[in-house]
Amino acid sequence: MGTTTAAEGRQEKISLLKVLGPVHVWALGVGIVLVGEYMGWNFSVAKGGAYGALIACWVIGLLYTCVAMIDSEVTSTVAAAGGQYTQAKHIIGPLMAFNVGLYLVMAYTMLEAADALVVGDLLKAVAAQYGAELDPRPFVVLTIAFLAWLNYRGVFMTLTVNFVITAFAVLAILVLFFSTTGIAGGESVLRHSELLTDLPYGWIGVLASLQFGMWYYLGIEGTCQAAEEVRSAGRSIPLGTMGGMMTLLIAASLTWYICTGLIPWEYLGQATTPLYDAARLTGSVELEVILFIGTMFAAIASANGCINDSSRAWFSMSRDRYMPHWFGAVHPRYRTPYRAILFLIPIAVSFAFTGLLDQVITFSILSGLLGYTFMSFNIVRFRRLWPLGSIERGYVHPFHPVPAIVLGLLCGATYFATYLGYGTSLLSIMAFYILVSIWFVVRRYPYVKRGEQFTMPWPRPKGY
Amino acid sequence: MTRSVYKPPVQKGFGQFIDAFVVLALVYLSLLAPLLLGGTAAESDAPAEKPVASWEAMKQNETMAAQWQKLGYDAEKAEPIVSKKFSYEIEPWSLGITVAVIAAYFFFVLKVSDREYREVINERFGPRTGKED
Repeated sequence: MGTTTAAEGRQEKISLLKVLGPVHVWALGVGIVLVGEYMGWNFSVAKGGAYGALIACWVIGLLYTCVAMIDSEVTSTVAAAGGQYTQAKHIIGPLMAFNVGLYLVMAYTMLEAADALVVGDLLKAVAAQYGAELDPRPFVVLTIAFLAWLNYRGVFMTLTVNFVITAFAVLAILVLFFSTTGIAGGESVLRHSELLTDLPYGWIGVLASLQFGMWYYLGIEGTCQAAEEVRSAGRSIPLGTMGGMMTLLIAASLTWYICTGLIPWEYLGQATTPLYDAARLTGSVELEVILFIGTMFAAIASANGCINDSSRAWFSMSRDRYMPHWFGAVHPRYRTPYRAILFLIPIAVSFAFTGLLDQVITFSILSGLLGYTFMSFNIVRFRRLWPLGSIERGYVHPFHPVPAIVLGLLCGATYFATYLGYGTSLLSIMAFYILVSIWFVVRRYPYVKRGEQFTMPWPRPKGY
Repeated sequence: MTRSVYKPPVQKGFGQFIDAFVVLALVYLSLLAPLLLGGTAAESDAPAEKPVASWEAMKQNETMAAQWQKLGYDAEKAEPIVSKKFSYEIEPWSLGITVAVIAAYFFFVLKVSDREYREVINERFGPRTGKED
């Protein structure tokens, strides 16, 4: 698979390396998402108040639990780079696969741009605290360039680094929780009774807050992109994904509890780095430093995971000629999809500097949401085309089809939330996906080999 | 029975470059479209009469005011943030259009995918004989 190199007239196939374990899968999933606890989730407070954000946290947590359950079953069975793209190719069909591939590339490249902006903005804010002026742009470019280099050199080192910095960022939240609640000693500094208010917009605000509630977990499904590089997909993907989801549910609840007990909701709803602000409010320099490093690490880990995932999705589509075939090459020495990695760097940088952060984030969230909608009917069709027992599955999720139905309903509610906040953006992004779908059918699909797309050793699908 | 195998044309480098460029151009266009169409986040208009910039007028109790001050905000600086409100008005026609667009998109993608999927399966497994299921 991947590209072929001619050596002394002999064709040698080069594939991605199978070196990852469950810890790397956890680091990839949680690494991408955890930045959402450090920034972004709090915009749901502005939309629906502090209690609205808590309800969004748990309702969207349910949405993502369904995503993780469904993904674990399908990915542990379709163990190939491209994750949901490859699933769509085998289960729904080429045009859906093309769209799913683009959801992944857009969601991760735009999230990567937002992550790099956080690194730059945080450095600028800290410099301003000490009376210095700092241009954040070089730091944004440097962050993306350094992480792209790391990804270029090899997946094992990339995700080992992600594990270390993600673990630190998780620990930083725990340290802040134990310090502010007084569990670690001293008095609690949290003031929920004085700071929490009623729902400022009623229940419509709670619905609206679902859109940014996705920020608590957006990207956990990225664990699937590692499927072709794990030693045992059937063990590593479910363990890493479900373990990651549990970590995030705990981290999200703790983050809400700490921030709403320290910060007035109106400030919290627009803060760039709420956990760092919470640490500042404790008056402890040690906590401030820990949360500064935690925020930096979370943003870097997320950007790192996003480069990993967006390049795998772009690589997989190119390998199948859904996108230009030139990008479907594997580095002969490092065994990484290096052309896809390099191609997406300037694009991420340009997204970061468009000045359209709102639209970039909405594009990322909506692309993720479209992907989750796909998953709800993908699993139903997967079970119908290959009933249990007809093929070997790495993992079978329980209670089918309840998670698929719940996922579909919650996706519908989140579309409505996006309509409430960003209706025009929603329509313009849908217009993009419609136009690009027509372009694929007319322009790209003629370059795609038909039967060769189906690479799994499965029997003919039922009904086809 | 011989299977007919579709042989795609080979795409030259320039064509590959143009295709990557087209996708990017469409992405940037859709990012800019909301600005060109004049609508992004649903914020309500600023109230005609702004409240006096005091913590009491902004319904901020003592604890809230103390936290604002620790964050480096006095009442005047905090006022634009506190008074910013969202408007959640639902226009039935725009909601209807949005629902129709999303539904039409998925219908189109699934319909075309199914047609393409049959080609893939027939080439991979051979034409149906009627005894498969």
